Amino acid sequence: MTPERVIEVERLTKRFGEVTAVDDLSFSARRGEILGLLGPNGAGKTTTIQLLLGLTTPTTGAIRLFGLPLREHRRQILQRVNFSSAYISLPFNLSVRENLDVFGRLYGVRNRRHRIAELLELFEIPEVVDSVTGKLSSGQVTRVNLCKAFLNDPEILFLDEPTASLDPDIAEKVRAALKSVQRERGVTMVYTSHNMREIELVCDRVIFLSHGKLVAQGTPREILERADSESLERVFITIARGGRLEN
Amino acid sequence: MWGRVAALLLRYLYLYRRSLARSMEIFFWPVMDLLVWGFVSVYFRQVGAPKAVLFLLGGLIFWDVFYRSQQAITLSLTEEIWVRNLLNVFIAPVRISEVVFATCLLGVIRALLSTTVLGLLAWFLYAFDLLRLGPALLPYFASILLFGWAVGMCTMAIILRFGHAAEAIIWGTPFLLQPISAVFYPLAVLPRWLQAIARVLPSTHVFEGMRATLETGRPALGPLVPALALNALYLAAAGAFFGWMMRRVREKGYLGRLAME
Repeated sequence: MTPERVIEVERLTKRFGEVTAVDDLSFSARRGEILGLLGPNGAGKTTTIQLLLGLTTPTTGAIRLFGLPLREHRRQILQRVNFSSAYISLPFNLSVRENLDVFGRLYGVRNRRHRIAELLELFEIPEVVDSVTGKLSSGQVTRVNLCKAFLNDPEILFLDEPTASLDPDIAEKVRAALKSVQRERGVTMVYTSHNMREIELVCDRVIFLSHGKLVAQGTPREILERADSESLERVFITIARGGRLEN
Repeated sequence: MWGRVAALLLRYLYLYRRSLARSMEIFFWPVMDLLVWGFVSVYFRQVGAPKAVLFLLGGLIFWDVFYRSQQAITLSLTEEIWVRNLLNVFIAPVRISEVVFATCLLGVIRALLSTTVLGLLAWFLYAFDLLRLGPALLPYFASILLFGWAVGMCTMAIILRFGHAAEAIIWGTPFLLQPISAVFYPLAVLPRWLQAIARVLPSTHVFEGMRATLETGRPALGPLVPALALNALYLAAAGAFFGWMMRRVREKGYLGRLAME
């Protein structure tokens, strides 16, 4: 049986005036899959994620999550989705417990105290629970943000450069935690990163964007074979400099 | 719905508990204003204008209710932009109406807190007994609070659309309305052409009604009707403006840009 498609994007286009940020983009993601969304700066990755979260409305095209059109079922869908980015933060003047408690309430999480403890344990930071968020190291803050992203036990998780500010040791632990949650709960993840080694380690499948268009997709191995390259980093550089892959 | 509204409200109450500066801000400026205007009104009493104490202190306290209520709505969302938490709120399964409602409730709490402190200080320093007149003034208190919500919704929509560049509007808008709202003087003092403009603001009727109530000690219901009718109109218009602006913000992708700036 084919795994259920939980993300379906059809001919998605977003124009900001004269600029086309996302151009006729179609792709899908299956339940439990980690999909890498790659491309140079300005390729349209962030806009695509914002469109998938309903923060920005598309110019044309359709987005369905869990088979439901995002436009009509946004709130129902958001209950089953979450997001973490290196570029957003939780209020720095609240304690970790207060922050996670507020978001736990917003997502209607039952037994919040237990859930918060469980997640802090998963990301190996149980000792920060009563610390003020602004006083944590950037690695701890990133992991608290990930705890927030897992609070509602999401079925789809959007991760925008989740390990950007982490040292290699912590980054490895975070990747291991993400993979373990993916395996155990079948969470679908849409993952962006500029660390191509990380993408090779984490992602089941990747799509490359350039100037808002999909220019290549497949498993990391397929992409490497097609590009006749030994590393995704070389592929990334080729695409960023306007080169093409053979399909 | 109530669970989500309570969660949002709790988020701001946690902030006040954690930040001495934010908690003091509720009281500091109003208390400073009360001291300055209170002593000015004492001086007026000494030179033979005893009602001036009533009107100045009443105007000051009611103006603060409007200001706190407008600020609570706008500043709450601006706070989310400052701490880069805006996207976390907007990707939660929360209706925008719930966010607005939570900030309105926060406005009520802030206004009640500062009114209590100002009322106590005014009684202690200037023998101005707000409590004695309290019930008669309550409809006007509610009315000025509603106008604060309406203005707060408009300024919040403008902040979401224009971002940091428009922050001056948070503090500037109330002071744009103050001279024509007849806060510290009767409407009749204004030039005739300006009176016509002032009459379309609910705040003008609130302050006129407040002065009439303070003067007689009985509820003056006359100005209350236009105040409430205008408030209903302004709230509906502010809601529509906010909804229209949110659609524009989503179309233009400003939400993501603002949240990650």
